Amino acid sequence: MPDPRDVRVPIGPQHPALKEPESFLITLRGEKITSVNIRMGYNHRGIEKACEERTYIQDLYLIERVCGICSHAHSTCFVQAVEEIAGLEIPARAKYIRTLIAELERVHSHLLWLGVAGHEIGFDTLLMYTWRDREVVMDLLASITGNRVNYGINTIGGVRRDLDASQIEETLKAMDILEERTKYYVGIAQEEITLKKRLSGVGKLSYEDALRFGAVGPTGRASGVARDVRRDDPYAAYAEINFNVITDNHCDVYGRTVVRLKELLEAFSIIRQLLKKFPDGPIVVKAPRKIPAGETVSRYEAPRGEDLHYVRANGTEKPERVKVRAPTLANVQAVSHMLEDGYLADMPIVVAAIDPCFSCTDRMSLVSNLDNHRTDVLPWEVLRRRGIEHYKKQGVDFSVLNKKLANVLGK
Amino acid sequence: MLKQLFILLVFPGFLFLLTSGLLAEFIDRRLYARLQNRQGPPWFQPLADFIKLLGKEDIVPQEADTTVFRLMPLVALSATVAAFFYIPLWGTEAMFSFNGDIIVVLYLLMLPTLCFFLGGWYSRSVFSSIGAVRVLTQLFAYEVPLFICILASSLLANTWSLSGMAAFYSKHPGYWLFNLIGFGIAFISLLGKLEKVPFDIPEAETEIVAGSFTEYSGRLLAFFRLTIDIELIVGTSLLAAVFLPFGFGVGPYIGFVIYILKVLLLVALVSLSRTIFARLRIDQMINLCWKYLAPLAFLQVLLNLIAKGVMVK
Repeated sequence: MPDPRDVRVPIGPQHPALKEPESFLITLRGEKITSVNIRMGYNHRGIEKACEERTYIQDLYLIERVCGICSHAHSTCFVQAVEEIAGLEIPARAKYIRTLIAELERVHSHLLWLGVAGHEIGFDTLLMYTWRDREVVMDLLASITGNRVNYGINTIGGVRRDLDASQIEETLKAMDILEERTKYYVGIAQEEITLKKRLSGVGKLSYEDALRFGAVGPTGRASGVARDVRRDDPYAAYAEINFNVITDNHCDVYGRTVVRLKELLEAFSIIRQLLKKFPDGPIVVKAPRKIPAGETVSRYEAPRGEDLHYVRANGTEKPERVKVRAPTLANVQAVSHMLEDGYLADMPIVVAAIDPCFSCTDRMSLVSNLDNHRTDVLPWEVLRRRGIEHYKKQGVDFSVLNKKLANVLGK
Repeated sequence: MLKQLFILLVFPGFLFLLTSGLLAEFIDRRLYARLQNRQGPPWFQPLADFIKLLGKEDIVPQEADTTVFRLMPLVALSATVAAFFYIPLWGTEAMFSFNGDIIVVLYLLMLPTLCFFLGGWYSRSVFSSIGAVRVLTQLFAYEVPLFICILASSLLANTWSLSGMAAFYSKHPGYWLFNLIGFGIAFISLLGKLEKVPFDIPEAETEIVAGSFTEYSGRLLAFFRLTIDIELIVGTSLLAAVFLPFGFGVGPYIGFVIYILKVLLLVALVSLSRTIFARLRIDQMINLCWKYLAPLAFLQVLLNLIAKGVMVK
């Protein structure tokens, strides 16, 4: 029996604080949160299943669209797994270019996060400033890869575009501008009173809890968990680069802000080292169309935390199974713990502080029949037939078109 | 009679307030945008927004109390406009004044906030209700320091009328410097009254959508927004009259320019604080008001009592 003093506030699926549809059903007593019920599954796109229907090269572009922000993270993670199964050793220059794009992506992702965090606590000036500065790195990415968001630079066996001397020059210049701006934001984070007041002590996650919930990335590192795939299990060119794993012991949203800001500075140093050491040589090796049978797990440190891809190949052009575990899935477990006993006002920033990407996370939603506690597992063909029937009922019928297409292809 | 109607409806009454309110909103938005390195809206944007909202459909939620829901924007608007007539603008005499009009003005300025509460509460939606409760909580926090500061200033002038205060301070130039602490506190309280960052807690977009105004649309929302614009003018005029009482005896034209400059200065300060602060939490806001502002306001009273005993015979 619910307490009459409790008010249930639905934050989501549609709400100004959320950039993607997701439901947080919050029970409030006054301004205090007593319990949170998180429901995901509004963003399921069936990408993993779609991967099984396509060739490895097509999958690469599909996987890149798992996330709009860390697109390079997913595509690199996938391509690394495929290369490992195929036993391909990619050229050094390709490794460096992949690492460079990865770090540029981290810069743009962290700047974006800083702006979103500012907006969530009503500090829109920070949003406007950081997103203005983010344009510098976005332009750079567009100049190097040809795209602002889904870079499409990876291919199986290397990368698709090379860097010339003028682009290296341009990148170094941009790093100077961004470093100066980032130092300014570090200053703001250290001095601005209202910002500190809103971030300190909010969304507490102790070291033990961070381990217990399996928090990854900046969320875990802000609670003192010094885990970073780039150092623990180096991929691409990270083994040849010196960098620090940033940790912080504030254990709150303020700590997560500090970690991200310091990681930005670290990223600039990594990019400078990369450009200094840039090796010559080819950027791609020839890859077979059919990948030999085998399976592997690939890890990658995305801006939001550890990204994990599992790929199983069966010797054909198409993978048998692709599994994506985006960092948000690891971090979202801790959110309801962070929110409890907090204020409603802190809810947006606590959720934003893990830098959530729900569309990356949503895999499958199991809707059990709540009346008789029965769950069904449906095979693919049945699901497909149900889908076709569902659309037929609404007057959308592709069967005629499909027959025509089959006729054309048949001729 | 005709002259009085002209005063009420045209200058410096409703029409003047309408224009200056919309202009103040433009200046605020433009300055805010420029400070954030953005372009900002063109000068007619607030007017265009107002006209657009007037043309939109009014939607009253099924569960809402229709009478209260429809009435509140009008009550809020008329209370704000009424408060303006008792504030001396560019002469020491307000359009209407009597001994005790300070209380009336403060009361009339409290009414729009109460209307925000009632409008939100009777919308019966979760977000509106939380917004409405926050409006009221915030009201109890900032209203007390604001009252004390303004009364401290009137204490020195030994009068209960705003016009009387203006006359006193223009007769004793420099005395307004005693009220500087009060000015600071009153300005912070004004930010709370206008629900501007860092005190836009009742309409915190990322938490409770639009707070009390969540269910409002069309003409009713237009009137609420106009109320806030006019409240900006009335509030800054009140602060200008009480805490910046100079330039009254220089004739209507130069006096008018000085008045406009004072209001512009205060509007610019509002935009600046909107730019440089993050939104506080309601508990932090209450702490700030009761732990720091209220004691400081009492210090102001003490200061003025001493000053009155020593200097004003």
